[in-house]
Amino acid sequence: MTDLSVSNQAIAGKAAPPGEARAMRLPTHWLGVTPFFVFAVMFLILPTLYLMLGAFQNEAGEFTFANIVALFSANIVAAYWISIKVSLASSLIGAFAGLAIAIAIVRGGLPNWIRSGTLTFSGVASNFAGVPLAFAFIATLGRLGLVTVLLNTLVGFNIYAHGFNLLSFWGLTITYVYFQIPLMVVIIVPAIDGLKREWGEAAATLGATQAQYWRLVVIPVLWPSFLGTVILLFANAFGAIATAYALTGSSLNIVPILLYAQIRGDVLHNAHLGYAIAFGMIVITGLANIFYIWFRTRSERWLK
Amino acid sequence: MKSGRFWAWVVFVLGAAYFFIPLIATIEFSLRMRRGVYSLDAYKVVLGDSQFQATFMFSVVVAIFTILLGVLIVVPTAYWIRLRMPQIRPIVEFITLLPLVIPAIVIVFGYIRMYGSNSPLPFLATNPGANALLVIGYATLALPYMYRAVDTGLRTIDVRTLTEAAQILGAGWGTIISRVILPNVLIAVLSGAFLTFAIVIGEFTMASLLNRPAFGPYLQNLVANRAYEPAALSIIAFVITWGCMSLIQILSRFAPKSANRPN
Repeated sequence: MTDLSVSNQAIAGKAAPPGEARAMRLPTHWLGVTPFFVFAVMFLILPTLYLMLGAFQNEAGEFTFANIVALFSANIVAAYWISIKVSLASSLIGAFAGLAIAIAIVRGGLPNWIRSGTLTFSGVASNFAGVPLAFAFIATLGRLGLVTVLLNTLVGFNIYAHGFNLLSFWGLTITYVYFQIPLMVVIIVPAIDGLKREWGEAAATLGATQAQYWRLVVIPVLWPSFLGTVILLFANAFGAIATAYALTGSSLNIVPILLYAQIRGDVLHNAHLGYAIAFGMIVITGLANIFYIWFRTRSERWLK
Repeated sequence: MKSGRFWAWVVFVLGAAYFFIPLIATIEFSLRMRRGVYSLDAYKVVLGDSQFQATFMFSVVVAIFTILLGVLIVVPTAYWIRLRMPQIRPIVEFITLLPLVIPAIVIVFGYIRMYGSNSPLPFLATNPGANALLVIGYATLALPYMYRAVDTGLRTIDVRTLTEAAQILGAGWGTIISRVILPNVLIAVLSGAFLTFAIVIGEFTMASLLNRPAFGPYLQNLVANRAYEPAALSIIAFVITWGCMSLIQILSRFAPKSANRPN
């Protein structure tokens, strides 16, 4: 907040044209964006700040670290840990599979209708999350799901007898990948399109092999957008709740479900511990974004 | 190159299998309500359910208001930034991306604490207030998509010349935005609108925590208690999402022609 207003003032000062009627122009200038900032502060920034401050207060409103310390109880750490694992696994699998599909449809010499069809479908599937998605996987890989039953009757392989369970880490990961891959495809295809044909030709003229072209041209160029998308996918999975909740009820203890139960019924018997859990979620998605910026500046320096 | 094409097909077929099998399984499941034969019974039961109709209509209305609110906030802001304040673009872009960083459940948790019945701004004390807060929350969720769509649309037109031309003809700001800028970016706005619709229509977290009778919580409740109806509803939800995305595609195909048509 303070950071934002300070930079606003600094920029506003710079923006005023020298020698003109500053007092007259500035307010009308800012009037155009006032509704946006009022909206953002009231319904995005203040509610988040409220929770973040609440995480450092006790019931009497005094400053304390007790809530943050309480985050490190076994139950809550376990919830964070499984959330991070599911988000990481689903974002990495989604990212690499999405990249492979994107390269296949852009560079693989497939017919044109496959490219446009895949892009449309990706737009749909990346938004097909929540309860319907959970049910689609129950109907597929649940105990009576189509694939489960078919594998059992046709091949005689019972996946549940071999340790698979939809209501588990891998079950959730496989389900999340359904919206992670398409999101990757939607974001990375424009970046692959941005690879100019001339670069490949230039590399070939200079005697580069296909492998060298990929290693020295394609990967460095795609790297920032790829990493950025991985982090977007991570945050996407980390905050997702509807899919997991519909899939597992509260049997799988991930952070958003824990927070959901806490908001609903104060299951932790400490309102401010709920704030601390929300604070922890923001810290993790925030850290992910800092990593992204760090990676990007590194790779941009490398690109020069 | 030959082997490259082979691997491209392999990747594509594997991907297609992963994405289509769950859909096929769900369709198959949704047809199994009547024992022994495939029938559309599950769809009939669902569509005839008055609760389905009520919650679905509620979500449609909320989606429409969300789109209106989003347009009202985003279009003037994006326009003004292009025209007069390009310096603050990074700040505004940063804010519009925040909803991708802050999970929806955290945002709504903040709402519950800040705008509860005992707060200075008691949105949650009344039903209309809570509905308004739901619309606001959805507008926040849609902000990244709406802003990007509109900003991309504005990039394709010459904002400055259009504005100056309108000003010379004596138009005020309201007229410029509603009768010059908005029609020119209408296609982009509609793309953002359909995406917003697809996000809002089945949203669960916010609706559930604000105790709104929306489609998402209804669906969740059905999954927990019924077998075949949720399969039918999942297919319906998929078709709706598909419809929204197809409309966006169709719109984008018509975009350049209609946007540049001199009235």
